Amino acid sequence: MPVYNNNAAAQGKKGSDVHKGAGAKVPKASIKKKDEEALDVAEGADERTNVKANMKPANQVQLTEAELKEEITRVLTANNPHAPQNIVRYSFKERSYKSTSVVDHLAVHFVLEGSLLHKDSEEARRLRIRDGLCKEPAPTENKAESEEDHAETPATPVEDRGEGEEAGEEERPDSAASRPDKKQAKITNQFNFSERASQSHNNPSRDRSCQTEPPQRVTFSATANQWEIYDAYLEELQKQEKSKEKQKTTLLKKDDKSKKKMTQVETQGDDLTKVRMVSKIMERMVIQNIMDDIAQDFKYYEDPSDEYRDPEGTLLPLWTFHYDQVRNLSVTALSWNNKYQDLFAVGLGSYDFSKQEGGMLLLYTLKNPAFPEYIYSTDSGVLCLDIHPQHSHLVAVGLYDGCVAVYNLKKKPHPVYKSTAKTGKHTDPVWQVRWQNDDLDNNHIFYSVSSDSRVVSWTLVKNELIFTDIIRLSVNGGVSDGPDGAQLSNISRGTSFDFHKQIDYLFLVGTEEGKIHKCSKTYSSQFLETYDAHSMPVDAVKWNHFHPDIFISCSSDWTVKIWDHTVKTPLFIYDLGTAVGDVAWSPYSSTVLAAVTTDRKVHVFDLNINKHEPLCQQPVVAKKKTKLTHIEFNPIHPIIIVGDDRGDVTSLKLSPNLRKKPKSKKGQEQPKGSEAEVAKMDKLLSLLKEPELSTV
Amino acid sequence: MAATGEGKKEEADYKRLHSFPLIRHTDMPEEMRVETMELCVTACEKFATNNESAAKMIKESMDKKFGSSWHVVIGEGFGFEVTHEVKNLLYMFFGGSLAVCVWKCS
Repeated sequence: MPVYNNNAAAQGKKGSDVHKGAGAKVPKASIKKKDEEALDVAEGADERTNVKANMKPANQVQLTEAELKEEITRVLTANNPHAPQNIVRYSFKERSYKSTSVVDHLAVHFVLEGSLLHKDSEEARRLRIRDGLCKEPAPTENKAESEEDHAETPATPVEDRGEGEEAGEEERPDSAASRPDKKQAKITNQFNFSERASQSHNNPSRDRSCQTEPPQRVTFSATANQWEIYDAYLEELQKQEKSKEKQKTTLLKKDDKSKKKMTQVETQGDDLTKVRMVSKIMERMVIQNIMDDIAQDFKYYEDPSDEYRDPEGTLLPLWTFHYDQVRNLSVTALSWNNKYQDLFAVGLGSYDFSKQEGGMLLLYTLKNPAFPEYIYSTDSGVLCLDIHPQHSHLVAVGLYDGCVAVYNLKKKPHPVYKSTAKTGKHTDPVWQVRWQNDDLDNNHIFYSVSSDSRVVSWTLVKNELIFTDIIRLSVNGGVSDGPDGAQLSNISRGTSFDFHKQIDYLFLVGTEEGKIHKCSKTYSSQFLETYDAHSMPVDAVKWNHFHPDIFISCSSDWTVKIWDHTVKTPLFIYDLGTAVGDVAWSPYSSTVLAAVTTDRKVHVFDLNINKHEPLCQQPVVAKKKTKLTHIEFNPIHPIIIVGDDRGDVTSLKLSPNLRKKPKSKKGQEQPKGSEAEVAKMDKLLSLLKEPELSTV
Repeated sequence: MAATGEGKKEEADYKRLHSFPLIRHTDMPEEMRVETMELCVTACEKFATNNESAAKMIKESMDKKFGSSWHVVIGEGFGFEVTHEVKNLLYMFFGGSLAVCVWKCS
């Protein structure tokens, strides 16, 4: 080991000399060592050629002096000309042979490990010590030398050497003494190891605690003794016996149950209907509680101020029926149900030609003003409707697009009958529909009138509507009085009609031209009579409920006229100052009528009391610009419903003055019923005729 | 004589009829209740004459199955008022004369 170290040291120092290739120095070194001289062929080539100049090979090229003196410049490069340049290696990565650009240009021609020692080196010193050549001043020199060594060579080799020294040599104390460097002494064995220790920081300990909720506990107490146990068993046995009996009975009943199940299955589908019934009742109860005051007014309130302003009366607003889904629709039709007097139907549509969107058919009950009982949507606006007087679940509806439809309230939600283009639907809006008595085969029949001049009878046969044209309205169609020359078109547009209460075949048709035709179902080409009633479309024409001869008509020409159908001129004319939307006879008196006008007023007349002025003239809707469109009397209760063009329906109670019965003298028997009403009207008519007679 | 014979017959009937386990009161969940009841029945049948060892057996099995701190009382006549953890009480009659009360409270 020491030898190797020495060589390494020698090479390190000599390396620079060798590479410089100065020949002068090499011989100096080779004086001492013979083997080196012998081997020094390559380096000392020049000297040898100089010595043997006279010996020339025979085939040597003879050169002239000039040629010899010619300088040939050669450039020495570090590249090895013999190194291969086309080495190819297989690349596993790319799976192909790749030429490698890196070629080793290093060529080693000669290697010699020297055995020379520097005299100041450690090895040399030790050798000297061993040879007894050690002298006093040596340590000091060594010290200096060793310091130089340390500076020149890296630290590790020195230490290695030191360790090696320590391990390998016997004279440890000597060497230790000779070296002032005490680090060596610390090393305890020859193996390279390091001893390290550290103290980490201890985390402070911390207490933490929590308490969970204890499991829930319950106390239980009982007493167990023989009689308790006995009783308990007996009870249990009895129960078991009972259950056994039940099982037997259930076994017996199973047959019945299976039968019942069949019916149950049918009803099970309507699980909701049970709840619906209950919830409906609940809803009504809640509404009744909320609107208790209105309900009380409806039933009991009689305006006490009527006594002081006799004979005038007032209208007390009760509920307003409003449905949120109704937008931009006006009330186009109202009809009370004959059987259920709290139920009424509302038709919603639009009279405006440019705003036709759709319509609705709603059925409200007075018991629940908050929400309709039935809701039907239609594609086209509803313009008229009628509830069948006997079969109250059938509602006939006329639509703006000319269709007529029949809704069955028992079967939701589509019309059970609807006319189509094939089945003779009208080509213009249907302005009025009215149920008639069933035909001989008990088929239901209703009539409709439309602007397309037709009056059609519809028969409900099984699942289809069969139509029959009753009359085609024409301006000059066989009317005895002769035509109006100014009319351009031949047809006359019907807007309303009404059937005589008693005479089955007789009916009246109001037209857009303002004429009213009295027609018969049996004559399809002729009118029985034509009245030059109005100068604007006839909005409504209605027979009196009691008197067979009297009917009323109203029109947008601001007037309401009362007629005797046997007389061609009106009996009464009332100018209400604005277009009249609808007029209605009261069901309780032959002389009471009510009309609605577009200035949101309701006018109530009692001809018996005042032939010239209304008893009541009252705006009933809060918002201005709202136009009232329709009015209808409840068949039994003293209330009216009024529809407006916002789609709302207002119910109003008639004050006592408006439904007062004529006073009778004491002792006289009060005439009752329709006869009395007819008599009342007759009396009125006679009064009216007398002056005429007198004038004539 | 006839009366006594009848009495004996009745007694036999009673024994026969009243041998089933009758749960008097429990707040255990279904599964646990059935298991506990069956355990009580086996224990009482195994140690028909020794209530103490029956109770011990029930207690130890219950401790193993449902966690510790079970208490068992078996007897023909006793009164008690105990505090128990919710859903961990069973009070039943068995065999026509025995009352078994099993509850847990730690």
